[in-house]
Amino acid sequence: MEPFITLEAIVAPLDRENVNTDDITPVRYLKSIRRTGFGPALFANWRYLDNQGTPNPDFLLNQPRYQGAQILLSRANFGAGSSREHAPWALLEYGFRCIIAPSFADIFYNNCFNNGILPLTLENSEVDALFNEVQATEGYRLKVDLPSQTVSTPSGRNFVFHLDTFKKESLLKGLDNIGWTLQYADAIARYEDRRRQETPWVFINRS
Amino acid sequence: MAMEPKTLFDKIWDAHAVREESGAPTILYIDRHLAYEATSPQAFEGLRLAGRSVRQPNATFTTLDHNVPTRTRRVEDIVDQSSAQMIATMERNAEQYKLNFFGFSDPRQGIVHVIGPELGITLPGMTVVCGDSHTSTHGALGAFAMGIGTSEVEHVLATQCLLQKRPRTMEVRIEGTLPPGVYAKDVALAFMAKYGTAIGTGYVIEFTGSVPRALSLEGRMTLCNLSIEAGARAGMVAPDERTIEYVRGRPFAPQGEEFERAAQYWLLLRTDPGASYDKSIELRVDNLAPQVTWGTNPGLGTDVTGVVPDPAQAGDTNTRKAWERALAYMDLKPGTKITDIHPDTVFIGSCTNSRIEDLREAARYAKGRKVAPGVMAIIVPGSTTVKRQAEEEGLSDIFREAGFEWRHSGCSMCLAMNGDQLAPGERCASTSNRNFEGGKARVAARIWLARQWQRQPRLRVISWIFAPGRSVISLRYQRCYKLFKEAVCPGSNYL
Repeated sequence: MEPFITLEAIVAPLDRENVNTDDITPVRYLKSIRRTGFGPALFANWRYLDNQGTPNPDFLLNQPRYQGAQILLSRANFGAGSSREHAPWALLEYGFRCIIAPSFADIFYNNCFNNGILPLTLENSEVDALFNEVQATEGYRLKVDLPSQTVSTPSGRNFVFHLDTFKKESLLKGLDNIGWTLQYADAIARYEDRRRQETPWVFINRS
Repeated sequence: MAMEPKTLFDKIWDAHAVREESGAPTILYIDRHLAYEATSPQAFEGLRLAGRSVRQPNATFTTLDHNVPTRTRRVEDIVDQSSAQMIATMERNAEQYKLNFFGFSDPRQGIVHVIGPELGITLPGMTVVCGDSHTSTHGALGAFAMGIGTSEVEHVLATQCLLQKRPRTMEVRIEGTLPPGVYAKDVALAFMAKYGTAIGTGYVIEFTGSVPRALSLEGRMTLCNLSIEAGARAGMVAPDERTIEYVRGRPFAPQGEEFERAAQYWLLLRTDPGASYDKSIELRVDNLAPQVTWGTNPGLGTDVTGVVPDPAQAGDTNTRKAWERALAYMDLKPGTKITDIHPDTVFIGSCTNSRIEDLREAARYAKGRKVAPGVMAIIVPGSTTVKRQAEEEGLSDIFREAGFEWRHSGCSMCLAMNGDQLAPGERCASTSNRNFEGGKARVAARIWLARQWQRQPRLRVISWIFAPGRSVISLRYQRCYKLFKEAVCPGSNYL
């Protein structure tokens, strides 16, 4: 996983609440056994006019001013619905490394960290201010600094965001969570031995 | 020594914490992992690439549900090559890693969230995960059950654990008596209509009060199933005598003396008097009417006796914009009576409402009535076991006589991955859990939830809408499937 330290990039404003994972990656694009290839599926229902992929000129990602955007700005409860990790896979493949919103759905939030994407929460009023600025200024860029947990605007305003320390470290280092847990394989084995005594019905024995 | 009072959730969490240390997430032990063909292939691929094995193959149960055809149970009717590839990959992975697998022709096949409780795979007091958001369903047994992403599926396969930050707890106390014809689904929809679809974010909900207590286990499953739609990490109901009787005798549940010992343990899991939740909400349901959603998220609902609301009356700008978009998508006008909206398709199924009790209720309404011309109405049982039972009880005959199509089990139209889908612009009265946009007038799904279909005096049906050209497609994919299967899992005898 690619580490995330700082990012200075163009911001794309998606002004909707409750953007769900089916909006991000519609189900008809999910039928794959791979982790890659979902970039073209991103926001497909809004991004294209038809099944041939004719761009919808009204959708923000098709507008010249947002080309190359790596930061997505959206509204409350971003990533609701299905647990599909195809949503962060598609966002990442398209080029987004950071999503800013007032709140995120839990499963999506976790999935982002497992793919090197920073989902970042700011207050409603701060998100409102960013929407106003990005819509008013072509080529609007934000600077996200993970070590200091700040978002800086071109005019020099700084917003502080909060996140779990472990998640922060994992992103900074691009850590493999499975490897981290496997350090404690002995503790897991001891736990299993104890549970086999206390609640044996949990363990299914098959020949 | 006086023990500190604990909630149901606290007890389960504490019993599964392998390692807790400040500054690091808890290593939480996972008792049961359920997997199916759609969100697991990349996890197994990750294991292989890292050279890792499955820590507890016995604790993972796999089946096929999202992509299985429901008109027949024939491999050649799998809708396309991608679905066939996902199914064959699940078979191959189950075989290679020696996982429990209920495949195409297995009598135990079904939607993961239906077969888990039905077969006694998921039990009270357990931690349960699956790469599907509706895993919250299993909380009805008094388990901590949650949906996870594919990276976490890989994590569970490799370690039988997950890294978790302890979620906050929310009590949702539901009091009153449900009027006749009002069910668990209505309670959940009314809850979201009042509190929105993000009220549960960051929380595990425990449903308490007279209503969840009075619900059957299957009703509790419907309630917990929908807790994810309110944004919650999980939903749960404490185990009681009903829970014990539900679990008793199920194939993978403990038997005999071990069952009695387990039952005693399960009954101790209920929240202690004096234990506190991080948040508490109360909902009264004495006069609750059946609920119908008119919009594009499960919180946009109203009474079946109500009307489509006017966005001009929305509380704030973001809500007004969301309502306007929903009405444009649904092609509905403010002020339209809910009972004046006519569905093109009726879908009874999904992990929300496809269990035997749901089908019994549906049959009660369908008996002696006819599906009206022009409407396609399908019943998709949640599992092969439910299907068999409904046939034994004569429910399938009632449905067929009324003009419903009686299908094989699977997720069907809820996900619409298997070819069961709406034609562009159609409206569907559906018992499933989501009414999200499905792509404007292309692969469009105008879905509105719940049971308005029951209120229609004329239920109707037309012939299978996907008939044109179908046999040609089937033959083509039959060939693709065989080629793929021979390439990746020669000699497999699962089918």
